[in-house]
Amino acid sequence: MSAITTPLPESPVAWKLPYRGKVGMACLIFAESAIFTIFVVAYLYYVGKSLSGPAPREVLETPIFYTICLLSSSLTIHFAGKLLERGRRNAFLLSWLLTIALGALFLYGTGQEWHRLIYEHGLTISTNLFGTTYYSLVGLHAFHVTAGLIMLSVVLSFGLAGRVGPEHSARVNVLSLYWHFVDAVWVIVFTVVYVLGR
Amino acid sequence: MSSDAIAIQTTEATAQPWVQTLHEWVTTVDHKRLGILYILYALFFLVVGGIEATVIRIQLMRPRNDFVSPEVFNRMFTMHGTTMIFFVAMPVLFGFGNYLVPLMIGARDMAFPRLNAFSFWLTAFGGFLLYFSFIGGNGLYGAGNAPDVGWWAYAPLASRAFSPGHSSDYWTIALLASGFGSIGTAINIIATIISMRCPGMKLSRMPLLAWLNLVMSGMVLLAITPLSAAQLMLLVDRYLGGHFFDTQAGGSATLWMHFFWIFGHPEVYVLIIPCFAFASEIIPVFSRKPIFGYPVMVGATVCIAFVSMSVWAHHMFTIGMSSYANSFFTITTMAVGVPTGIKIFNWLGTMWGGKIQFKTPMLFCIGFLFQFLIAGLTGIMLASSPFDWQLSGSYFVVAHFHYVIVGGILFALFGAFYYWHPKITGRMLNEGLGKLHFWLFLIGFHLTFDLMHIPGLLGMPRRIYTYEPGRGWDTLNFLVSIGAFVQAIAILVFVVNLVVSYFKGAKAGNDPWDAWTLEWSISSPPPVYNFASIPTVASRRPLWDLKHPEDPDSRYE
Repeated sequence: MSAITTPLPESPVAWKLPYRGKVGMACLIFAESAIFTIFVVAYLYYVGKSLSGPAPREVLETPIFYTICLLSSSLTIHFAGKLLERGRRNAFLLSWLLTIALGALFLYGTGQEWHRLIYEHGLTISTNLFGTTYYSLVGLHAFHVTAGLIMLSVVLSFGLAGRVGPEHSARVNVLSLYWHFVDAVWVIVFTVVYVLGR
Repeated sequence: MSSDAIAIQTTEATAQPWVQTLHEWVTTVDHKRLGILYILYALFFLVVGGIEATVIRIQLMRPRNDFVSPEVFNRMFTMHGTTMIFFVAMPVLFGFGNYLVPLMIGARDMAFPRLNAFSFWLTAFGGFLLYFSFIGGNGLYGAGNAPDVGWWAYAPLASRAFSPGHSSDYWTIALLASGFGSIGTAINIIATIISMRCPGMKLSRMPLLAWLNLVMSGMVLLAITPLSAAQLMLLVDRYLGGHFFDTQAGGSATLWMHFFWIFGHPEVYVLIIPCFAFASEIIPVFSRKPIFGYPVMVGATVCIAFVSMSVWAHHMFTIGMSSYANSFFTITTMAVGVPTGIKIFNWLGTMWGGKIQFKTPMLFCIGFLFQFLIAGLTGIMLASSPFDWQLSGSYFVVAHFHYVIVGGILFALFGAFYYWHPKITGRMLNEGLGKLHFWLFLIGFHLTFDLMHIPGLLGMPRRIYTYEPGRGWDTLNFLVSIGAFVQAIAILVFVVNLVVSYFKGAKAGNDPWDAWTLEWSISSPPPVYNFASIPTVASRRPLWDLKHPEDPDSRYE
């Protein structure tokens, strides 16, 4: 028998399916959301259950500035994608670089906060339940920011080498989907840790 | 003809040096080869896990037996459970999914071939890491060996104080690695089904196997991830001095239970849904009728996926939840029985009035139907919380879930082996040996797991190392162990059949079962490129349309 070519009255016109990269990233985001949900549930479950200090109310300061940095990086990456679609490579690279800078600034903010908590307040991951849940949840998010920054930097280095053009915009958009997710998670983490948790 | 060209290719392939063949297999990104790797890997661990089960059964054969030490016994049941779920059931089902989904939807390969290879090797690495614990588990403390904390590793048993050394860490990291592998494969299967279907293959025309793998993969994304998160927390506790599950510092042992079972119960459905998929492909072909109630089958599966996400705490009735929680989880657990019942009726409806051919795949599927029904019924019994208070942690529970996993999952899986083996290897499995395998396994299975319910009802707790004579358990346990040996012999027959048929089996041809899905339209084994030209389909049974141009299905859709 030969390979099948089923007799068909008319071939289906415009057989178009969703882009696999987008579907794959959506699935990854779905799975990651479940991981974050478990960490958020653990955080909320243990709020106020530490047997010893320091408590969140005493030591946490709301990182408004760094939050604005991270959230605005969602805008810059969105514009970067649009600019690439229109073929404006230099503007794309600039906007992309700005995204990386804002993300790195956010990471610096997290690092600074951890440094302050560890050296001024003596709060480590093993101090009490608050420390355990706080460093795990914020650390998990920071890990995702770091992973995102590495991927963004790879695209940047290709871009600087002149290898990123409008034909890659579908792939670049998949990456920016991930970056939007990292930002959205921060909104949840921020609400849980700095608003509800205190 | 394309099949002639392929025959020439395979003779060339056997002529090359074995190092090159090995290199090709290790570096492959082809979904068919990865599928075969998954299946072979799972078969290897099936034998390993089976040996562990045999050790357990020899130890429990007589009262006050001392075939192994208590410590070894604990390792055996921990490793048996972990191996069978994570390194047999998951990989073998992913293997079949990998192999069949692209062929059935008319695709060249999976959506992300390299991610596919990465996922397989992560899973493989996890399995070998788990077994490396027999050598490396002693750790700096010189304590421990293989993991011995049970397959659910309840806190605080898995904490540093009660599980020194590295045995529990091997367990954690092995499961974490294989969990990431599972997530990768699930993403791949979903993206393949959503984005790679051949022209005309609308969602409503997909074979049920593809549909059910889609649902299963969605569940993997939601169910495996809580386990990964909980494993990360356990690692924080064990290595960084965290307090997630440390009751001395205000942590909660119950939280671990919740996280584990949020994974653990949907996992049962992750494993059984692909088996539903096998039954949904095999039963119609051997009844010579299209599947009865296709849309209802899809709906029921999606329904099971949703409801099964909210039943986990029926594993925890005895920890003292509120009566509201107990009622909620009793009701949801019983509710899962409804869509599952619908599916059973649909399979019966498919067989009803059909010209049933009792070939080996069909025999296994009928065994699956019958046994899965009984497993579901004891499940309904255990769903009732007062009944569960009495029997939780007894051999009744062990008998119940082995009825699901062996009587349901493994039977359907053997059916799938006999059905798709001709496609994968190009040769039929021997029918006589197959029937012998079926009947031996059926007898052994019922001897073991029917009788195992009774010592449970009489009060025999699970996981005990040994028991006193004269409690009315002795004869039953002896017979249960005899049944286990019969099953082991049946598996041996299966392995012999695999080996003999691989070399001496009758040539299968493209379509030995006169089936209707796309994988039977190409040669056996399929060429590397799957389809010489991507097919176009117009109905749920494209091969029926091809064979019966005078009365195609597409006319009625």
